[in-house]
Amino acid sequence: MAVQKLPIAKAINESLRKALETDPKVLVMGEDVGKLGGVFRVTDGLQKDFGEDRVIDTPLAESGIVGTAIGLALRGYRPVVEIQFDGFVFPAYDQIVTQLAKMHARALGKVKMPVVIRIPYGGGIGAVEHHSESPEALFAHVAGLKVVSPSSPSDAYWMMQQAIQSDDPVIFFEPKRRYWDKGEVDTDAIPGPLHAARTVREGSDLTLAAYGPMVKVCLEAAAAAQDEGKSLEVIDLRSMSPIDFDAVQASVERTGRLVVVHEAPVFYGSGAEIAARITERCFYHLEAPVLRVGGYHAPYPPARVEEEYLPGLDRVLDAVDRSLAY
Amino acid sequence: MTVESTAARKPRSSNSSSGAGTKRATAKKAPEKKTPAKKAAAKSAAAKSAAREAAPHDAPQHDPELVQLLTPEGKRVEHPEFGIDLTPDELRGLYRDMVLTRRFDAEATSLQRQGELGLWASLLGQEAAQIGSGRALRDDDYVFPTYREHGVAWCRGVPPENLLGMFRGVNNGGWDPNSNNFHLYTIVIGSQTLHATGYAMGVAKDGADSAVIAYFGDGASSQGDVAESFTFSAVYNAPVVFFCQNNQWAISEPTEKQTRVPLYQRARGYGFPGIRVDGNDVLACLAVTKYALERARSGEGPTLVEAFTYRMGAHTTSDDPTKYRRDEEREAWEAKDPIQRLRTYLESEKIADADFFAALDEEQEALGKRVREAVRSMPDPDPMSMFENVYADGSALVDEERAQFAAYQASFADSPVAGEGK
Repeated sequence: MAVQKLPIAKAINESLRKALETDPKVLVMGEDVGKLGGVFRVTDGLQKDFGEDRVIDTPLAESGIVGTAIGLALRGYRPVVEIQFDGFVFPAYDQIVTQLAKMHARALGKVKMPVVIRIPYGGGIGAVEHHSESPEALFAHVAGLKVVSPSSPSDAYWMMQQAIQSDDPVIFFEPKRRYWDKGEVDTDAIPGPLHAARTVREGSDLTLAAYGPMVKVCLEAAAAAQDEGKSLEVIDLRSMSPIDFDAVQASVERTGRLVVVHEAPVFYGSGAEIAARITERCFYHLEAPVLRVGGYHAPYPPARVEEEYLPGLDRVLDAVDRSLAY
Repeated sequence: MTVESTAARKPRSSNSSSGAGTKRATAKKAPEKKTPAKKAAAKSAAAKSAAREAAPHDAPQHDPELVQLLTPEGKRVEHPEFGIDLTPDELRGLYRDMVLTRRFDAEATSLQRQGELGLWASLLGQEAAQIGSGRALRDDDYVFPTYREHGVAWCRGVPPENLLGMFRGVNNGGWDPNSNNFHLYTIVIGSQTLHATGYAMGVAKDGADSAVIAYFGDGASSQGDVAESFTFSAVYNAPVVFFCQNNQWAISEPTEKQTRVPLYQRARGYGFPGIRVDGNDVLACLAVTKYALERARSGEGPTLVEAFTYRMGAHTTSDDPTKYRRDEEREAWEAKDPIQRLRTYLESEKIADADFFAALDEEQEALGKRVREAVRSMPDPDPMSMFENVYADGSALVDEERAQFAAYQASFADSPVAGEGK
């Protein structure tokens, strides 16, 4: 049963189950994660099998969830906390930024903060406001935090294992509109490093770099571009902090062109950081400026127009055309 | 270290099984105890009057709700619910703790004035609250302080000079919290109450009978994190004591800008007891904290202790209290000084003689000297150290920036590595 075909939500569920089985210090906590199994059922069945003491339904207070998780980590536990939706994380932002991220450094390395914060993020599910945001840059900007996002069931399973094993706090962004996408998960595999990017499609004309929900869009764009005779390479960054710049650099040195794609607003987004660093590293290899495709500097719009806000295949291909036109 | 803290010298002597423990008397009832209905009415009236009052910084001993065992005049009094029985050694130990803590604090204030520290947050006036509660703890208990708990740190055996690193600007915390079960100072107000609650949840999961104590102040009581910590600790019945030092002032804001009810009454709404204790009475603080810790240990959950005290000095060395409060108020509280009242008691009961006080004076001077020398010789950190301990597992980004910074530093003509070739 080493290889199973699972949706992303179930792959995370299996990963949490494995962690709860193998390490008695692992706890799962959050709003509705117990009896209900979470609003997306990611923690379905865990409380039944591991008890209320390890899979903990918490009061509805995000700062309290993260603040007590910090205390539990100080006591030697490894809490995996769920923030129910992206837009609900901000009551906990102070605890995450001010306390969680800095504790290891403040204690001169004497304490560790093995806390995983799971956040279902991103749009495309027709939700009401505060349920569709992509706040990853707000966390990647903070030293002391690691920020990752899987795009496939296999990565969802293995990156969760690695995030829980990490002695650093990890913000684990789950692409909620991909929760039900299925893929193979080999639970006996030997995973690569948590923060390494992966080339998910090889190409020679241009590099698309994306993570989380946008990897699928980029793969579709690359397939469509191939029909027009363009060869696009697609890199799944997997980690927004740190970013595997070496992998992007190696690709751009071959293709000479880079388009970064994310749902989050372009302004001050991770694409800006990638553009700046890749421009420094690959200045003489670049045939065109690094372009970015992402959300606009406007509140996430109502669901009926979110498809216009979110980068789709055409917006990606438009940027590809602009890059190739240089 | 030339001067040992009392904690290091005689660990837990003041809370060993020598009868020092707090007892909740069941036989006696206080004469002022009323029927529940009347009591509630009285409290409600008191709350109303407190809310109306313009300056509620009255003498705390007139409050029937205030637990007191040693009056400001140094008279030992009994309380119907909280008792304490200490040996002469233990009484002298508490006095010594308070005196040395005050001396350390004064030394730090001087060092700030001399430019050796960037800032200092004085505990002047709060010695009894901190020493009383600190001496109630067992070694395996865990403390989550604010940034003013120098007296509690003393009780935990934290070398006093360790507290000064962050105020000098050589680190942002700087000690191993687990070596004395004393967490790092927390500057953002109230955040640590959640850490304490989570830690206490972990203690309960481990099946241990340790307790956790979270320190905070009257200003912090307005923070959402404090409210959330009350909620979490009550829901999970966590073994935590919330020790609020109500020193009447949150920088320039008096307590009435934080609350319309006496702070200890907040606990009731969360479903656990709140007790107001004379925060300038070290005996009462010790007794009440021991009681609250015992509740935590025996699975009865959280307790809120409001130590009613006074910040005799400024908020920090950057503050100027003459802008917002009257000298008379401070003078009224000086008459209730925590150290003087215990000294009066020790002298009148002949528990301490002139030799004791003389020896303590010498010890104070030695402590001041030691702290002065330690601070003045505290080296600035190596600039490269800013890249240390950002992550436990390391980070490629930090490695890259560290290398860039090192190369930049090495590019200067007077750099030790310049000219050595690349």
